[in-house]
Amino acid sequence: MTRHRGRGMAAINYPIGMNLGGDPSQALVHSNPSGKFTVALSSIDLGQGMKSVTRQICAETLGVPVEDVYVDTADSDTGPHCMGSFASRGTHRVGNAVMAAAREARGVMMEAAAEELEVNASDLETDGRGNIHVKGAPHRSISVKDVAIAAQFRQGKTISGRGIFLVPLSDVDPETGEMSPATCYAHACLVAEVEVDDETGEVGVIRMDSAYELGRALNPRLVEQQLVGGAWMGMSHALYETTEPYYPDPKQGPRDFVEYLMPGPGDICPHDIAVLERPAPDGPFGGKGPGEMCANPVLPAIANAIFNAVGVRIDELPITPERVLRAIKAQGGARPQTRR
Amino acid sequence: MLELRKDIFADERDDNLNEVGKGTQRQDMLGHVTGTSTYFNDHKLQGMLHLRVVRSTQPHARLRRIDTSEAERSEGVRRVIRGADVPRNLNTLLSLINFGKDDEPTLAVDKVRYRGEPIVAVVAESPRAAAEAAAKVRIDYETLPAVFDVEEALKPGAPVVNETYPKNAFTYHERYDHQKLRFGDVERGFAGADHVLEQRYQMSPIEHAPVETNGSIAAPDTNGRYVVYTSTQALFFSLDTCAKILDLPSNTFHFIGGTVGGGFGGKVDTLTEPLAILAAMLTGRPVRYVLGREEEMQFGPPRGAERIYIKDGVMRDGRIVARQIRGYFDSGAYTRLSSYAVVKCAAHLPGPYTIPNVHGDIYCVYTNRTPATAMRGFGITGMDFALECQMDKLAHLIGMDPMEFRILNAYRDGDMKAHRREAKNTALIECVQVAAEKAKWPIREEFRRMSSRKDGGGARAAVPSTPREPASARPAPAQQRTSYDRRLPISPSSEPPPPQSPAPAPAHGATRFSSVFGTRRR
Repeated sequence: MTRHRGRGMAAINYPIGMNLGGDPSQALVHSNPSGKFTVALSSIDLGQGMKSVTRQICAETLGVPVEDVYVDTADSDTGPHCMGSFASRGTHRVGNAVMAAAREARGVMMEAAAEELEVNASDLETDGRGNIHVKGAPHRSISVKDVAIAAQFRQGKTISGRGIFLVPLSDVDPETGEMSPATCYAHACLVAEVEVDDETGEVGVIRMDSAYELGRALNPRLVEQQLVGGAWMGMSHALYETTEPYYPDPKQGPRDFVEYLMPGPGDICPHDIAVLERPAPDGPFGGKGPGEMCANPVLPAIANAIFNAVGVRIDELPITPERVLRAIKAQGGARPQTRR
Repeated sequence: MLELRKDIFADERDDNLNEVGKGTQRQDMLGHVTGTSTYFNDHKLQGMLHLRVVRSTQPHARLRRIDTSEAERSEGVRRVIRGADVPRNLNTLLSLINFGKDDEPTLAVDKVRYRGEPIVAVVAESPRAAAEAAAKVRIDYETLPAVFDVEEALKPGAPVVNETYPKNAFTYHERYDHQKLRFGDVERGFAGADHVLEQRYQMSPIEHAPVETNGSIAAPDTNGRYVVYTSTQALFFSLDTCAKILDLPSNTFHFIGGTVGGGFGGKVDTLTEPLAILAAMLTGRPVRYVLGREEEMQFGPPRGAERIYIKDGVMRDGRIVARQIRGYFDSGAYTRLSSYAVVKCAAHLPGPYTIPNVHGDIYCVYTNRTPATAMRGFGITGMDFALECQMDKLAHLIGMDPMEFRILNAYRDGDMKAHRREAKNTALIECVQVAAEKAKWPIREEFRRMSSRKDGGGARAAVPSTPREPASARPAPAQQRTSYDRRLPISPSSEPPPPQSPAPAPAHGATRFSSVFGTRRR
């Protein structure tokens, strides 16, 4: 019995948002009389961090601290329409809608501040800490809270904004497939190192190194969460999971997490990630979306690493020990390729 | 470990920001880590009933008789719901964006098309009472031949899975059983290539496996409205689907969701809301319908299987000169969203590479299994597996380093993509370079110096001459009403056909969202 090490790699890109566009999202932003803002959405937070990333986008655009913004999502009576949380569209589509709404609200806020300070709104700037002051004259300042009170009770202004983002729907040519599927793409390359047991066909993933280009990483912690979780999902998809182990024969389907295999904590490997940021011209602060694409390079990188380790190509997912062992036997034993 | 490479593309960014770019703690962190965040299933309402569906034991069968009399007398049962009780018992999810024909009943009426298809819903005082009553529903099946393999399903004489699409394939542009992509001339490319490699790839279905299974709770509200707590990933998508199936104005419903225990694409299909609301309407009480783990795993929609054939022509110097792809998406018994993934997949070809001749045919095929749906990387994940395994084989075939082979063929700013749009904002080369650096995988200096922003465009920006194939005759357009459009259809028949009739396409009318993905008329 020998355990063979091997390395493989894969490179991918991924379209952001619903294919062909035509998937709008709306946002409403308003301030209460103490200068605290609410973002109303009907978008869903599946755990990916929709509330957090739109909160940061809103705070940045308004020029107020993130603590002064709260995101309320997913009530069809109060949140305006959103197509949904899928297709890596949350950050890009909803983020842009929130930006547009926050920009409009900021406009009213600055007008109200200008009236209080008796200057032109164009001469004002926010300090990001809850104050508005005259450019170059920080002492001529008013807090966002005082502006909100003045707007509400003295000026009769509503510090609020509406936003929508829509990539217009593209046509598809029936004969050539000519179309405009997406406005921006994320990119990745991943290297996987595996160990293959030539007696059992078992594959262990030893480590991963990767580079992901995601536009701007609006919140690096949320990006990390997606990339680490996504790599686990990719590894699981490559080596463990299926609802039909003998597809296309539908028999022997698993019914619970005892029968449905997934990697446990002992199967997880170190993963060193680099994030590159080439801002998308139409993304909110250049953001694209890491949500879906992060699992994709892992599958082929592992398959290619298995070839490098023992010289067999497994072109069917999942790459079970049974498939690996049968392939090794069919070629008369492991044939390790040039070590990388 | 995560490292931000701020040095790369720095000239394209303004990093002078206050809040964006910070690793701020999540707004909902405290609730999540203390177990106090509210999910749909945390709403325990007074007088709440529990719904369970009776599922088909057969993959393909005619329903001779459905006997619910014993179930109705079972202890704690408040209502048994059958297909005839559903106001519009035929729908397709993407009718909301006017794509495809209604092909799936909420409760099967005359025929079942996959093992696990819902036939009857039982509403009872407790989950146990509902389960016991469900076991007492007697269904008399007449077994039909079933088909499980995508290529078998497309052969003449194969069992017809879904009468809405009698050839077992979704219809594109009202005339094709697949989506085409044509760019250049692959045959000429293969003829001039040093090597041609053709391979087959197969991906089996997988489960989304969220911790929280699909479910919803619907309750009568004041003033004739219904409040619905739901695990949906798409609030208005689900709301509008319910409005269509229940044939009620959308503002009858107040949907509340937003905090979901994992989705990954498996919570778009609106599996539970229509029956939960209907049961609440019929009983006047709150109704909870939540899938159990076995239901979620076997009858909740999976990521569908894909079978992919790739044929590539490559030169000894590493340039790929032609790529031909045939892909089959196994949609299961109904369309759900696979028809959309097919177009997205066609747009993705030939992967992030500039190849002068590309030819793609992608099919959405019906088989007698649980309908597939969206999942993380929808339309792309399986294709990327096939493409990148193929890339590794090609590099091996010509004796080139796989990193350098990717960089050589990578698309760059200004290149023409196969779907005939210019590549912009590309970064594949930089990702390969950085991954190689991180993994201490040596690549030659000339490949380390290449850039996505250099040497693209020019001759690479041209659309190559592409042979025209004889276009098929265009039959009468067959659009359909959407729930966004309440205008009367043009055709005298306003109801979609029942699932059993191999009948004409549903009536159609103008739509607010125009039409999508090739059903558009000009």
